[in-house]
Amino acid sequence: MDPTALTRIDDMTWQVEPSGAMRVPAIIYGDEELIRGMDDKVHLQACNVATLPGIVRASYVMPDGHWGYGFPIGGVAAFDPADGGVISAGGVGFDISCGVRTMRTGLSVKDILPVQTSIADSLFTQIPAGVGSTGAITLDAPEMDQMLRGGARWAVDRGWGEARDLPRIEEGGRMPDARPDCVSEQAVKRQRREMGTLGSGNHYLEVQAVAEIFDAAAAAAFGLAEDDVVVTIHCGSRGLGHQIGSEFLKEMALAAPAAGIVLPDRELACAPIRSELGERYLGAMRAAINCALANREILGHIARRVMRHFFPDIDMEVLFDVSHNTCKVEAHVVDGRRRDLFVHRKGATRSLGPGHPSLPPDLRAIGQPVLIGGSMGTGSYIMAGSETSEARAFASACHGAGRAMSRHAALKRWSGRKVVDDLAGQGILIRSPSTRGVAEEAPGAYKDVGRVVAAAEWAGLARRVVRLRPLVCIKG
Amino acid sequence: MASANSMAAAAWEHFPHDADLGVRGFGETVEAAFENAARALTAAVTEADVVSRETIEVTCDAPDLEYLLVDWLNAVIYEMAVRGMVFGRFSVRIRGSRLTGQLGGEPVDVARHAPACEPKGATYTALRVAQGADGRWSAGCVVDV
Repeated sequence: MDPTALTRIDDMTWQVEPSGAMRVPAIIYGDEELIRGMDDKVHLQACNVATLPGIVRASYVMPDGHWGYGFPIGGVAAFDPADGGVISAGGVGFDISCGVRTMRTGLSVKDILPVQTSIADSLFTQIPAGVGSTGAITLDAPEMDQMLRGGARWAVDRGWGEARDLPRIEEGGRMPDARPDCVSEQAVKRQRREMGTLGSGNHYLEVQAVAEIFDAAAAAAFGLAEDDVVVTIHCGSRGLGHQIGSEFLKEMALAAPAAGIVLPDRELACAPIRSELGERYLGAMRAAINCALANREILGHIARRVMRHFFPDIDMEVLFDVSHNTCKVEAHVVDGRRRDLFVHRKGATRSLGPGHPSLPPDLRAIGQPVLIGGSMGTGSYIMAGSETSEARAFASACHGAGRAMSRHAALKRWSGRKVVDDLAGQGILIRSPSTRGVAEEAPGAYKDVGRVVAAAEWAGLARRVVRLRPLVCIKG
Repeated sequence: MASANSMAAAAWEHFPHDADLGVRGFGETVEAAFENAARALTAAVTEADVVSRETIEVTCDAPDLEYLLVDWLNAVIYEMAVRGMVFGRFSVRIRGSRLTGQLGGEPVDVARHAPACEPKGATYTALRVAQGADGRWSAGCVVDV
């Protein structure tokens, strides 16, 4: 993307002035190099989002923005139902409530190193990952219904998690107003044997170590010190979410003209929030959010079990669990007026600043942990919501490094076997059923996550707390 | 052009997308292009040979050929997911808005197929079904993996 085609508001804020059908400006966050590295399609997609009915203030792109489908990945947009606002299946995406959970282990790097290989092998055996893997849990219809209503709370009730985890999960582990009756039989069928599975693509489970501390007070509040070991899980609502996404995308795209909605791209498929279709999607999407929350809770439970085998006295606590593909109703003050807005975050993480009432009391003074997944080689970050997150992008931040090249280009450049060997040489153990999948996810295929999080901090979206380096990575 | 099969006139290809992957099939008929698009989808999952041990029938209904392509690829993705299978043989018949397809495949063998990804859904991004000046059809879109 050519920065000279944008209005530079400050070093980290770039604006596309409204033109044509755009109702609001598009605002892209990032330093000049990140902007230059973004595909022109990010610009086009951000402008397309700005044309949707009821959009409030701006169509935002986070510093890890890249070409998505409909919305850019890294896109944030809020809609007001009182102003004809829409809910977009494309704006949430296929992997509904895909997100990240980080758990503290109470261990240090020196505890892990003697058993690092065994832990990698054991996690790889125990965590169902990749195509054709099934979970140990099969849900019948009544259990599926309970899971879709109960989320992580359901998992805890069934013994696949701990009650103390719940306050550290968004929505207390359960998304209210889920409507399993709006979830198709096909979506349910696709999920029957997928509870407690990791999936594939960019999903992973990692054992990580705190490598660098940026904000000592926040790190202490998050219970993190240098060389501390954590387990991080990145996955979502699995087949159920994918199926719901596919079905509603088609239904919304076909119904848009009759609802008077002009779609610049079919992938922006949406419906008025106050419509039968909009409400049905919201009910199904919230059920998928619960599916993702339950799934990460179960995977966390399996990780605990594996780690307990090596360290019988281990006590693993959830630091936080946050999604980055969602639409949530949130109160935001716009032009001095409090409004309940439907905030779409597509590859963007909620980033609630200090003092936010929905944060658990022990995190409120610091702000919400914002979990940023990097690549297999370069590491990840834990950030915290800033005072300015709210004003900058409806309390949102980036979600990862963002891809710098396509899977196809990555496959041409790297061999999966060599990536695994090179990373092993750096003390990072990769386990995956597919060497080709590893090549597609090679660290070099991603942007510099350090640059992305620095830009997010300078833009006032979130502030850096710690950097994590991987020790073990299980890829689907 | 991205990776494609090695036949002289490529029957399918992959094309790049920042986060995901595009699949495109070609053929003398729209049905053949749809079949080859599904082959491109399978090739995104595995490079190994897929044996046709079992045949599954699917039907789709959509208002135009482009929606029909997305429905078709989503039907293949759905059958892969719920049956834990990969498919290597495809047969498509289109009559009006209705598609009837047959998928021939086998259960996923992780060691042999080494599946690289699990497709989530076909998208409307870069979606195009068209007949070229030479009469040859192409059918493709980006798939979220």
